[in-house]
Amino acid sequence: MLNADTETVREEIRNMEGNKTILKYMTLINWEKAGEEKVDAMIEVRITPQRDTGYDTVAERIYRFPEVRSVRLMSGTYDLAVFVEGKTMKQVANFVSTKLATIEGVVSTTSHFVLKTYKQDGVIIDDEEEDRRLVISP
Amino acid sequence: MNNSWNDKLSPVVKAIPPSGIRKFFDLVTETKGVISLGVGEPDFVTPWHIREASIYALEKGYTMYTSNSGLLELREEISKDLSGSYGVNYDPRSEILVTVGVSEALDLAMRAIVCSGDEVLIPEPSFVSYAPIVSLAGGTPVPLPTTMENEFRLTPEQVEKAITPKTKALLLSYPSNPTGAVMDRKGLLALAEIAKSHDLIVVSDEIYDKLTYVGEHTCMSSLPGMRDRTVLLNGFSKAYAMTGWRVAYAASNPDFIGAMTKIHQYSIMCAPITAQMAAIEALKSGRPAMKRMVQEFSRRRHLVMQSFKEMGLPCFEPKGAFYAFPKTSVTGLSSEEFAEQLLQEEKVAVVPGSAFGNAGEGFIRVSYAYSSDDLSEAFRRMTRFVRRRGVFPRKVIGPSGIDFVQKEGICQNL
Repeated sequence: MLNADTETVREEIRNMEGNKTILKYMTLINWEKAGEEKVDAMIEVRITPQRDTGYDTVAERIYRFPEVRSVRLMSGTYDLAVFVEGKTMKQVANFVSTKLATIEGVVSTTSHFVLKTYKQDGVIIDDEEEDRRLVISP
Repeated sequence: MNNSWNDKLSPVVKAIPPSGIRKFFDLVTETKGVISLGVGEPDFVTPWHIREASIYALEKGYTMYTSNSGLLELREEISKDLSGSYGVNYDPRSEILVTVGVSEALDLAMRAIVCSGDEVLIPEPSFVSYAPIVSLAGGTPVPLPTTMENEFRLTPEQVEKAITPKTKALLLSYPSNPTGAVMDRKGLLALAEIAKSHDLIVVSDEIYDKLTYVGEHTCMSSLPGMRDRTVLLNGFSKAYAMTGWRVAYAASNPDFIGAMTKIHQYSIMCAPITAQMAAIEALKSGRPAMKRMVQEFSRRRHLVMQSFKEMGLPCFEPKGAFYAFPKTSVTGLSSEEFAEQLLQEEKVAVVPGSAFGNAGEGFIRVSYAYSSDDLSEAFRRMTRFVRRRGVFPRKVIGPSGIDFVQKEGICQNL
């Protein structure tokens, strides 16, 4: 496919891992199919920027929490999009009210619970198309 | 009053045998739990953005006829594609005709050029429609048998030998359905020289051009002096997984295209507009999706070749399309016996090679347009079947390393 031998490709992957171009290898799991109950939420967070560091200090305090899957600084009506994962809705709500909202510099939070995931990381969940072809054709 | 309406039928139609594929299809549909390797179309659904373009066209109310020749925008895109891919230029206004599948384009080409009694040379094994379409146009199909030993390629000698004063055209299809054979540039140049020296028309069905895995596809029209004596046929079915859309095209000089358009406008009128809109999208931005599909077919091709080697069936390595054409005569069975018994005993459907002409006898067509899981299971079953017929692979060391030697003594390199 790349018109290169296996060793060349392996070496290139090693280099990209070394210089952190490749950060991590992930398995994307359809949790519903796996029978795992879990809750995802996206929290809009408005914060007061800090002198010298802007949004970075508060963002760092947030992304250090293990419950937080990702944090992104956004343009628009709020500042950070924080993706949180928990076992139950109560657990996520508890995290937001006791840990996230109480950080100094956090002005407000708005929580959106994920009801269903249709596509993630470029992969369509449940993307199975039926084979409608005839059994024999020319 | 005659009791049999059969007597009223055209003798030409009556003389045409029913398709070997159709016959086998009926048998397969009666059997339950079959894994089929008999389908001549991609297992991918048309890429979403192409489907979406068609849905959008419907939403916008594109539900009317197009010009007989097809949407000008589509013909312009086809012209650009041919020019970009093969450096051969066609005027979209007079030299390209959009048709309902390559099947229609082929029918039009034959009806436009063949007069009663004209002979058309066809390499065999060949696509099931070729010979009947020549007959329906009033011509005489002349099969030119090709062999596995010669990688199912036509030789200039056999073409020269078959030419008579009645020979009008040569009908080529490379990459080939059912063998997966391709003709390289040198081989096609030799055929082109013969076509020029005997003033033959070449009808070149290049529907599998994008599905060429070894080397580059050579377009017949791009060879010196061949543009105007070639009727180039191509479409979207195979490369863009658009078989059911029935949209294709013919490109040639204005005389041929004009004549084909005449028949087309009186019989078909035009290809469906939504399919033409989808085809525009396919040409404009379908290449990455097409390349991904081609890569997947290529990957499976290796799996299929490996499987035949392991089960002991000699098989020419296909260089294009998505079929393998293994030699099953080593089991002592005819093509039909092999396919029928395999279906009955192991519930695997393949197409008997005899459906593609006499030269296909002793072979079967196996499509690898299936998932790896289906292919693996089908080959497990087929291996059991072949072993029961006393065919076993045997490995020996030969001059070039490990060679594979068939029980009956037919050699095939590993």
